[in-house]
Amino acid sequence: MKLYLHYLSIHLRAQMQYKTSFLLTVLGQFVGSFTFLLSILFLMNRFHTIRGFTTAQVLLCFGVVLMAFSIAECFFRGFDSFAGTISGGQFDRILVRPRSEVLLTLCSKAELSRIGRFAQAALVFAYAIPSSGVHWTWDKILTLIFMVVSGVALFSGLFVIYAAICFFTTEGLEFMNIFTDGGREFGSYPIAVYGERVLKFFTFVVPLALVQYYPFLYLVDQAEHRWYALTPLAAWLFLIPCAILWKVGLRHYKSTGS
Amino acid sequence: MIELHHISKTFRVARRNAGMREAVKAFFRREYTEIRALDDVSFTIGDGEMVGYIGPNGAGKSSTIKIMSGILHPDMDKGTCVIDGLVPWKNRKEHVRHIGVVFGQRSQLWWDVPVLDSYELIRDIYQIDKPVYRRNLEELTECLQIGEILRTPVRQLSLGQRMRCEIGASLLHDPKILFLDEPTIGLDAVSKIAVRDFIRRRNREHGTTVILTTHDMQDIEALTERILLIGKGRILLDGSLSELKSRHSGVRKITVSHSGSDVPEKLPAGIVCTENQPGQASFAVDTAAVGVSEAIGMLSGLLEITDLSVAGATAEELVVSLYEEFAI
Repeated sequence: MKLYLHYLSIHLRAQMQYKTSFLLTVLGQFVGSFTFLLSILFLMNRFHTIRGFTTAQVLLCFGVVLMAFSIAECFFRGFDSFAGTISGGQFDRILVRPRSEVLLTLCSKAELSRIGRFAQAALVFAYAIPSSGVHWTWDKILTLIFMVVSGVALFSGLFVIYAAICFFTTEGLEFMNIFTDGGREFGSYPIAVYGERVLKFFTFVVPLALVQYYPFLYLVDQAEHRWYALTPLAAWLFLIPCAILWKVGLRHYKSTGS
Repeated sequence: MIELHHISKTFRVARRNAGMREAVKAFFRREYTEIRALDDVSFTIGDGEMVGYIGPNGAGKSSTIKIMSGILHPDMDKGTCVIDGLVPWKNRKEHVRHIGVVFGQRSQLWWDVPVLDSYELIRDIYQIDKPVYRRNLEELTECLQIGEILRTPVRQLSLGQRMRCEIGASLLHDPKILFLDEPTIGLDAVSKIAVRDFIRRRNREHGTTVILTTHDMQDIEALTERILLIGKGRILLDGSLSELKSRHSGVRKITVSHSGSDVPEKLPAGIVCTENQPGQASFAVDTAAVGVSEAIGMLSGLLEITDLSVAGATAEELVVSLYEEFAI
């Protein structure tokens, strides 16, 4: 943790050298994901409810996923640009350091400009939490925290998979963005609105519904069972195959050039 | 102590011909060829040795370094590599504490911040105790003469300055073994000499084992007693530089400037023309067949010589003749 903070301060020092670029990226991030928010608002303005969920409730879902994504992206950015790390040879350097290669990859990049997206998620929360009609009790607050934290774990796992694939291809595979960016976009609405099959996919393959839909049902008192509050914890199981894939990939690492 | 026994490394490489059609074809069906980067490589390097690891591009130098530094896994089924009792790729984290690696073509310093910031980060990565760090830093700053540039952002340094800082960065944790992958590439004469002096001093004062890959034969001549020659993934030669020189000592090179006609086609036995330009020519003289003074006499009979020089084989030529001898 201390090492990560040290890295972070260096990243900060480096990025401060390019102040304008930094500020513009923050702004761009903020405005960029704004379009999703607007599209939700337009849609809800027209139909008022989706499957019985109100605008504020849908926004609560959106906020959870957006916040989880932006936090994960902030920390795991090094995995997102891992193809470059491999082809540029920086990964060789990481491997000759006496620290965990996951930790050092994590440290290798920190995008503080993602604050823009994070700020937006915070704004959405600020609106949705009081007006979603949820009666906030301690267990529900805890569930909401679980949702965000487990969401971070889930997206982090996806970033790790994305990076691990680079060991085999030395290039990132764009189709993985379906799960990362796509996951974020699917997560804008309670996942059940997309139908049974999509829900199953996001329950058993990429367990996004476990951190979003099921605990959300518990929040709005539509859960069939109290256990739904705990489903975000199950999403952590997703990290096991991610870690295995990473280990296998590492053994296949070929390095590049001289 | 570094011990490699029968290490091999095979890469699978996708191959295709140039052109769009081939690119599309390759997208659907790839053809792979296996490339043996290393083929049954064995050697032992003792503590405190300085070894020059030479060979043409693509011979397997970097692959060997990467295996010894724990970056690559060699082919699993056979071969062992043990360095100070550790297997690099199995005990990676522990092993790399004791080694320093300099990749001449890749920087480990942060581009936008002063060198000292990078050094402090490295201190935290290796968890070096503060007093030890301060002592090492002081010593390195003095030996490498980098005191004045430590506070400069890396992007404003010259290549020579940067390389000295790179070497410093690789030695902050007091490694027992130092791998140098082309450390003098692209440096000017002054920086090269500074780097060589430093490496020699480090080896003498700290007993650091140095393994050096380079294409610059002056590096080899200045630094290493022992050389390992690798070609097409095999170790072709393992011996001392002087031994190698004496093996090829029978050949002298005579360069003459001459005014007048061309070099005659037919030369006396034992003399071979190696270079022929208008007004200047070089000859290789096999001293087993003809003495040097005898050869000069013969040549002056054939040509109007205005100037003349005699040289023994340089390391550079030695290596070229080695490459030719082993056909690599």
